[in-house]
Amino acid sequence: MTAVAAARSPRMNARTWDRVLIYGSAILLALWVLVPFYLIFLSAFSRPNDVFTYPKPLLPTDLSTETMQTFLNSTGVFASVINSIAVAVLTIVISLAFGAPAGYALARFTFRGRQAVQLVILASKMFPVAILSIPLAVAFLRLGLYDNVLGIALVHSAMALPFVVLVTAGVFAGVSNELEEAAMTLGCSRLTAFLRVALPLALPGLAAAAIFTFVISWNEVFASSILTLRQRTLPALVLFALQQSPLYFKFAGGFFMVMPAIVFIFFMRRYLLNLWGGR
Amino acid sequence: MAGIRMQGIVKTFGKTTAIKEISLEVKDGEFLVLLGPSGCGKTTLLRCIAGLETVDAGRIFIGDRDVTDLPPRHRNIAMVFQSYAVFPHMTVRSNIGFGLRMKRVPKPQLERRVQEGAALLALEPFLDRYPAQLSGGQRQRVAVARALVMDAPVLLMDEPLSNLDALLRLQARADLKRLHREVKRTTVYVTHDQVEAMSMGDRIAVMREGVIEQCEPPMQLYTNPASQFVGGFIGSPPMNFLRGRTKAGAFEGEGFSLPMDGSRVEDGRELLLGIRAEQIRFGERGVPARVQVVEPLGATALVTVLVGKVPVKVDAPVNTTVRPDQNVSLAFEPADIRWMDATTGAALAH
Ligand SMILES: Nc1ncnc2c1ncn2[C@@H]1O[C@H](COP(=O)(O)OP(=O)(O)OP(=O)(O)O)[C@@H](O)[C@H]1O
Ligand SMILES: [Mg+2]
Repeated sequence: MTAVAAARSPRMNARTWDRVLIYGSAILLALWVLVPFYLIFLSAFSRPNDVFTYPKPLLPTDLSTETMQTFLNSTGVFASVINSIAVAVLTIVISLAFGAPAGYALARFTFRGRQAVQLVILASKMFPVAILSIPLAVAFLRLGLYDNVLGIALVHSAMALPFVVLVTAGVFAGVSNELEEAAMTLGCSRLTAFLRVALPLALPGLAAAAIFTFVISWNEVFASSILTLRQRTLPALVLFALQQSPLYFKFAGGFFMVMPAIVFIFFMRRYLLNLWGGR
Repeated sequence: MAGIRMQGIVKTFGKTTAIKEISLEVKDGEFLVLLGPSGCGKTTLLRCIAGLETVDAGRIFIGDRDVTDLPPRHRNIAMVFQSYAVFPHMTVRSNIGFGLRMKRVPKPQLERRVQEGAALLALEPFLDRYPAQLSGGQRQRVAVARALVMDAPVLLMDEPLSNLDALLRLQARADLKRLHREVKRTTVYVTHDQVEAMSMGDRIAVMREGVIEQCEPPMQLYTNPASQFVGGFIGSPPMNFLRGRTKAGAFEGEGFSLPMDGSRVEDGRELLLGIRAEQIRFGERGVPARVQVVEPLGATALVTVLVGKVPVKVDAPVNTTVRPDQNVSLAFEPADIRWMDATTGAALAH
């Protein structure tokens, strides 16, 4: 008995150590991400004048929505939120309309140059928008797309497309082709087989792609600030306002910007794990 | 009215030729089994018939219609997939009724036929479950039911029983056979289980590397295999083969010589002597051999003997007296011997 117990205890110790290490690193990583969020949150929900108090109280003793209210009531914020939403929704529609079929093709058909296409799609992500911006602004001025929600949505779609194509390719690759074939032997055409079988099964993944696209567009600031003057999206407005507004205003803006990403990740983490862990 | 006729079908995937050249006719109402080792092209041939693969050459007729260029839905077929391919987002009920809904069958009739299909495969308790909540065998039955309710004149089945346990498999085999007798749909049934093939097929087409080696009724295939491959593939245990050479009207193998009516075969030819396990007796005179293993199987005992270095299986009575390491002689009737060419493996005419 004692021999057995003695033989077991070092192994138990090793396991406990493993746990401590794993949880310890997890906690460190979580703090690394959470502390800035928390500080932003604290500053966004304290009184404007408290922003400069130092050291900060670790617990929110004295919450107030005054700062947030000032931020939300200041001129242009509401309009820019509407703009941001309009741009994001347009971006989702455009990038899914073009990206999902491309992803489907990549997943289903083996064609000459398929690898190359995949590579080019990825490579396009490396092209810096900054270089494009001036010619783009000129072109948009000519086309009447400058300072226009649709114009920004087009640019955002261009940014989101590589991502949407690759993700939807992964999603459709996860839907067995034999399911569609079975549907085709049961009286479906290619199209109806897609609509009745592949699409419903791909829907969660497509939704995740859509919401990811939303966040890309919601957070994008460079193109939006260059290509707009009055029709600012929220990030463009915040960026513009940063230079001339008090610190508490910046915190409120930052908090307002960060929220959608957090909410998104909270609801979508299951799909995200599937997307990256699976295929 | 709905036989299948294939003429010179060729199908390649890039550099691999899955179907070399196959011409085959399945008569109306016939139950044809496609049998062959893994990777020989059974599924590919079935998919060509279904219209899921476009053939590189050849034509396919179903009934009188040339369907070579028609999509699957216009071919009047129903198919059971090797991987079941049941729709995960639909209940068993919707799965079975899917094809009928596509055909816009009126609701009352649709529900009746779904019920019938479910009853036939003992799926009634699961009608409102999703496939994820079923076992592999139950999923496979859903796939079979989904194809059966279509009432298509041609039924294509790709190893539909491969995932059932032995007992259920026996039962399902009998059910499918009875069903076929009742409805007489033209059926092409893929399997690599030769017992299943023997018990179900009106004819069996034995495939090997993209060609059909032999297509005949089961017993004919068993007694007169067209090649060493077929003899070695059909039957459990497979046919035994002894290598040798003809010499002065006799067949000379390793350590034995058998008289053969040498009139037909020229001297010095390399031959294979093929003989079934149940046609070998332990006798006084014959091919000398040494017993290696005795396996009692219940009704009979399977004895493995060595002729030279070649293992030969013998079906012996269960009360056989032979023991391992004993020297025995193998006797058989000349009429039971099947001669094959040793280089090509093809059977000699007899
Ligand atoms: N889509 C494909 N692309 C490339 N090669 C393929 C494809 N489908 C089948 N093959 C090849 O064709 C050959 C025949 O395959 P097939 O699936 O018809 O075999 P099978 O007889 O059904 O085997 P099993 O009993 O294992 O199901 C194999 O060599 C396979 O690798
Ligand atoms: Mg197969």
